[in-house]
Amino acid sequence: MSKKRGNQTFVIESDISIKNTYSIAGPEEGEGSFKDYYDYLLDDDLWECKSYEKAEIKIHKEVIDGVLKKEYLTHRNIDCIFGGDLLNQIISSSFSAREFEVPFIGLYGACSTFGESLAVASMIMDGDNMQRIVCATSSHFGTAERQYRFPLELGTQPTPTSQWTITGAGAVLLERNSGDYPKIKSVTIGKVIDYEISDAANMGAAMAPAAYDTIYTHLRDMNRTPDYYDMIITGDLGKYGLDLLKHFAEVDGLVTENIFDDCGARIYTSNQNCGQGGSGAGCSAIVYSAYLHKELLAKKLHKILLVPTGALLSRLSTMQGESIPAIAHAIDIEI
Amino acid sequence: MDIFLRYLQVFVVGGLVCFIGQILINKTKMTSARILVLFLTLGVVLEAVGAFRYIKEFGSSGITVPIVGFGANLAKGAIDGAKYGIIPAVVGGMQKAAGGLTAAIVFGFIFSVVSKSKTKRM
Amino acid sequence: MIEKTEYQKYVNKTVPRTQELKTLLTAFISGGIICMIGEGILDLYTYTLPMLGQEEIATLTTITLIFIGGFLTAVGLYDKLGRHCGAGTIIPITGFANSIVSPAIEFNREGVFQGVMSKMFDIAGPVIVSGVTMSAIIGIIFYLIEVFA
Repeated sequence: MSKKRGNQTFVIESDISIKNTYSIAGPEEGEGSFKDYYDYLLDDDLWECKSYEKAEIKIHKEVIDGVLKKEYLTHRNIDCIFGGDLLNQIISSSFSAREFEVPFIGLYGACSTFGESLAVASMIMDGDNMQRIVCATSSHFGTAERQYRFPLELGTQPTPTSQWTITGAGAVLLERNSGDYPKIKSVTIGKVIDYEISDAANMGAAMAPAAYDTIYTHLRDMNRTPDYYDMIITGDLGKYGLDLLKHFAEVDGLVTENIFDDCGARIYTSNQNCGQGGSGAGCSAIVYSAYLHKELLAKKLHKILLVPTGALLSRLSTMQGESIPAIAHAIDIEI
Repeated sequence: MDIFLRYLQVFVVGGLVCFIGQILINKTKMTSARILVLFLTLGVVLEAVGAFRYIKEFGSSGITVPIVGFGANLAKGAIDGAKYGIIPAVVGGMQKAAGGLTAAIVFGFIFSVVSKSKTKRM
Repeated sequence: MIEKTEYQKYVNKTVPRTQELKTLLTAFISGGIICMIGEGILDLYTYTLPMLGQEEIATLTTITLIFIGGFLTAVGLYDKLGRHCGAGTIIPITGFANSIVSPAIEFNREGVFQGVMSKMFDIAGPVIVSGVTMSAIIGIIFYLIEVFA
């Protein structure tokens, strides 16, 4: 059983490994920093479907299939699928889950959903309830853009703080007692933090306080300093959001050099011209599945703190003049 | 030489209108719909106070191609209609702008049936 | 942890800004060019269609520009122009066409009725509503002036 430390952190006591991962990335991501790491690259983000929503559902289904096939498993071997995405009523996850006859738990934490699913899944497994769980999250530029912003063909100018919703999905297979794989050691469930940033085109600034609050709480609860980890990597703060996070940490006297990083800021190369970087529920999922997991397996990284971040706004809340509340969950993964 | 000068005037006036719009976008982060409404209102006001005519004489398409011209057209229709009674005054704007509106709706409908939104790449 | 108000001040101070000069210059040039194209079309119609009156020529020019804006939107070029030109492609009437055609195209996957027809004025709705309302008000004001003056 997991033990609670402090108010928000849970130490996972049983042996829960992230045994395998699978990632599918869109065309823009396929030219990014991790282009050689993805399991499958799309040439076209419609993927022979009739709409971007249908394409996202297909991507979501295929990553779950992909991670099962890699381990020679079928859906009968898993106890539950955890999933989430950015669309209204999380249709990508639930519609893809109808293809598998497996219990399904749908989660929503905006772009932090990957962290949320890992945290909830590992705590349930620690309670001895399930043997194998697949966690998958996805996002798609075409579907997110029309839901949160403008039609694709409208000639608007991106502001300098805007980010690029990634097209892609990542899935991980969690398993009990499976040997020398990266393990989830502890999780910190974040609080909803609102520092009253209301510019929906500046998500990094809205999410940085939540990310720092979770990281700070995790380090305090576990009685650690940042250098305990090889990398503390947030989900999709973007380059500017990462600078703000470092500013938070430095004001509190924490060492950030070579430790703090961000999936969204890393996913594209600097000549891709993608503003502050990537964002979306798939962002931390594909960076973990494609890149971080392989680095952990190769023992290039030993201890990482993955902190997927989410901005909990909707189009209506922005229209009604609300600011942007944000959340972040920290997952301590070690090998 | 005359024609060259006229095109230069069009360029400068049209450019200036967009220049002012860009200042507003940069300073206030207004969305395109708000920018359009703002400049439409500008056109209505310029026409109502009688200044639009003079800008048009100088700038020609430089002021009629921007949405300002559309606003001025709406106001002009209403002002012209006011001479003939209350009903022409109220519907005059729509009558004057009917060409543009009809074109936008019909072309919008035709194009959207034959075309689908495409993947965007940076 | 940094306080809320202090953080907001810090964000306001450090937030990445738009490249003023570059965006202003491209807006000026692109807007100017679109207006010159409009003038060119106007001249073309004036010389080739002498039977039409000035007003009809002006309307025809507007219709042509709206067609060009809509066409560039449909083939997926207008958003690329818009990304660089900003206000230079928003404010001309072609931008108005773009704001009508782009949501209509975006929602054609939801069908002709609930998609195209009902979403067409998603962006441009405020423009038409405010324009028509203002023109009606102006009409009434000028009518009252006409009657009482």
